[in-house]
Amino acid sequence: MATVRTKFTFLDQLIKEPIIWKLAKEFDVVTNIRRADVTDERGWVILELEGDQDEIERSLDWVREQNVRVDPVYEDVVEG
Amino acid sequence: MSVARKLRCRECGREYPLEPSNVCEFCFGPLEVVYDYAALMGHVTRERIEAGPPTMWRYADLLPVDAEDAVDIGTGYTPLLRAPSLGRELGLSRLYIKNDCVNPTWSFKDRVVSVASSVARDFEFRTLACASTGNLANSVAAHAARAGLDACVFIPADLERSKIIGSAVYGPTLVAVDGSYDDVNRLCSELGDKYPWAFVNINIRPYYAEGSKTLGHEVCEQLGWRAPDHCIAPMASGSLFTKIYKGIKELAWLGLIDWQPTRMSGAQALGCSPIAEAYDRDSWNIRPQKPDTIAKSLAIGNPADGYYALKTMRDTNGSATAVSDEEIIKGIQLLSETEGIFAETAGGVVISGLRQLVREGRVGPDEVVVAFITGAGLKTQEAVAPVLKPALTVEANIESFERALEEREGVLPLTKAV
Repeated sequence: MATVRTKFTFLDQLIKEPIIWKLAKEFDVVTNIRRADVTDERGWVILELEGDQDEIERSLDWVREQNVRVDPVYEDVVEG
Repeated sequence: MSVARKLRCRECGREYPLEPSNVCEFCFGPLEVVYDYAALMGHVTRERIEAGPPTMWRYADLLPVDAEDAVDIGTGYTPLLRAPSLGRELGLSRLYIKNDCVNPTWSFKDRVVSVASSVARDFEFRTLACASTGNLANSVAAHAARAGLDACVFIPADLERSKIIGSAVYGPTLVAVDGSYDDVNRLCSELGDKYPWAFVNINIRPYYAEGSKTLGHEVCEQLGWRAPDHCIAPMASGSLFTKIYKGIKELAWLGLIDWQPTRMSGAQALGCSPIAEAYDRDSWNIRPQKPDTIAKSLAIGNPADGYYALKTMRDTNGSATAVSDEEIIKGIQLLSETEGIFAETAGGVVISGLRQLVREGRVGPDEVVVAFITGAGLKTQEAVAPVLKPALTVEANIESFERALEEREGVLPLTKAV
């Protein structure tokens, strides 16, 4: 089993989509939300995903396909 | 005597021992170093600081590592210059330039990496690592060399040759990653989790970030132990911006300066301005951007400390601004031509950003203003090269010289009239 800490950022119309619920239904991955901030214009959710490493990666690819931005929990680590 | 005592989550307040970690296990919020300031009362005095080394380590009492354990290549205590000519151009009567171009690897990153490498050695890491497009890579490679640590530096595969050499010369393992910015970012985050390395801005980040405070400390000391009225600094991750202010506040808490409100304003490049854009929207939510600017050292599309930078500018009645690439180049030229300081693109962002803030009345003409210039222009020569006048080409005689000068300038050289 692996765990991945990640951040999803939703823009505009995606706010109303139950992306995390769908992720848990479609993939054998446990979702554990730790911190979030959602408004009517945008939102972000920091969560931990637990499951088989390949399954987690497939689930994250699927989230990206939904036009949700997926980032490491550290945000940008490449600096100038 | 470092009085760093623990790490604390900036979101939920949970506390952790001083260890290589940057994320709260509970809420995944960022961790920050907590000091026992009460233990410094009466111990840290102006005289003690003034008797310290002419480097950032004169403020070691306010850093998370003892001075005797410092990996110090001579960073900090850089010049604070009165800038009357530039001030006249911009309409500011009391403008100062904090010239951090003159650090050992020619950028402010030496401050953060000096702390990070010292802490890494304390924690008995063998390898110092980072992912960078320039300044950070140079500094990590140099400090690792000094500290006797291995260095592993990740750079984008398409990085300019001059920037590669500026790191390669110190002998690190240089890894050019073939992929988009996001790919490099993701890879390095994963490496940070997997390898037992001191990744300066991942697992060492709480300590690393503290190095930037010394810019705030120095400016106050160099102004004769007073805080500026207004600071303008570049914003990438937003960490530098918030830590300059923290440095100023620390000196006030310790009674080393009188408390007075300092306004904090930040500048970004229009092609990567997520913090300034959120400020303009009057929002706390940063919208990540895909960077597209010549100011590569500020090209962080998803800034880790963006929220905290917004909070600092709002708490201090400061503001944010963003300038185009064309204005960045004009800013570099203006600073060079008025004050003799050749800054990299981030400096151009600051100078043009300051001009914009003055025009809009967001910086007062008689405020004591400090503009933070964080990196040297030799690193980004390609940005200004196309707009500079080419050299006059002449034969080796006076007639040829004067003819060439007259053709270009329409006048003869002053020496002829003497």
